[in-house]
Amino acid sequence: MHELSITESVIAAVTEKVGDRKVERVTLAVGKLSGVVAESVYFYFDLCAEGTPLEGAKLEIVEVPGKAYCRTCTNEVELVDMIALCPCGSADLEILAGEDLRIKEVEVAL
Amino acid sequence: MCTTCGCSSDEVTVTDLGPLPHTHDHDHDHDHDHDHDHDHDHQHPHDHVHPGPTTQTLVLEEPILAKNDALADANRQWFADRRILAVNLMSSPGSGKTTLLERTIRDLSGELELSVVEGDQETLLDADRIKAAGARVIQINTGAGCHLDAGMVARGLSALDPPSRSVVLIENVGNLVCPALFDLGERAKIVIMSVTEGHDKPLKYPQMFRAATLMVVNKIDLLPYVNFDADQCISYARQINPKLEVVTVSATRGDGLDSWYGWLKAQR
Repeated sequence: MHELSITESVIAAVTEKVGDRKVERVTLAVGKLSGVVAESVYFYFDLCAEGTPLEGAKLEIVEVPGKAYCRTCTNEVELVDMIALCPCGSADLEILAGEDLRIKEVEVAL
Repeated sequence: MCTTCGCSSDEVTVTDLGPLPHTHDHDHDHDHDHDHDHDHDHQHPHDHVHPGPTTQTLVLEEPILAKNDALADANRQWFADRRILAVNLMSSPGSGKTTLLERTIRDLSGELELSVVEGDQETLLDADRIKAAGARVIQINTGAGCHLDAGMVARGLSALDPPSRSVVLIENVGNLVCPALFDLGERAKIVIMSVTEGHDKPLKYPQMFRAATLMVVNKIDLLPYVNFDADQCISYARQINPKLEVVTVSATRGDGLDSWYGWLKAQR
């Protein structure tokens, strides 16, 4: 549900950057461990974009896989969700990647 | 600088990905091995104008929550300037946040100056309870919003105007998911869960338990009546967040409240 606020934040931040220029495409990076569901952002995007320079823009979301360093076995492990457990059984993990919540780039009409 | 929150936009770079008119020479003095036959003896007429790019790509690489984070930093500075301790209490609806606050206000009234920012979608019910308990309170109704954000808290603080060296307790909207993502400028996030919710909640809502500094397990007076394994709950929570501190309390009967008060005072 917070994806609505997240999507509104995207619209507001992009509008601030582009002014009146029409936006053709927005690319976001959303990490698997960010707590944000990409599918919901897609759902809200068109609704939130209405009446803004982003109306009709294409949304692209690059999902960033979760990665952590295990302090117990010293291996790097891939994390598919927030329940961080190394195959060795340890929960003492340092998250290395997958918490991204970024606006990567926007394509605007000239 | 952007006009809303003063954040820097210096990281913006402009990258042009459109087709460019060909006007430069291509000097290649090394050999390309090219042993297949390309029939290429016709002339390329080149008197037309290549269309320029129709779009421009702006690389932003900016956190989606940059604006909230900037407002949260401003709140943090506001608290620091006044030596105010602010904590953000989060939980699912009905875990006993307001009851814990009422009890805390009554028990600590002689020791700490406490005031409350109440977040709910609707009604003034919680704020009325806090006021009756004896603390200054501001209610923020978020309407459809499922969490407080830093801007709402800033508006609440200017109305609340808490005194220097006091404690501001921010009761977030009841929700174990969304509030975890929004920095309010608080010193610490506290997650409250009650024994009636089930000990598997830390695994089901890991984002919240990972963001928290302290977990308060409430309603332990009900332990005889529910199937709740407190040790298992704490172990699940620390699987998500190995540094998580834990206190177990009953806000109605008073069990364990000294450890909660001790934790709160130690944060100042």
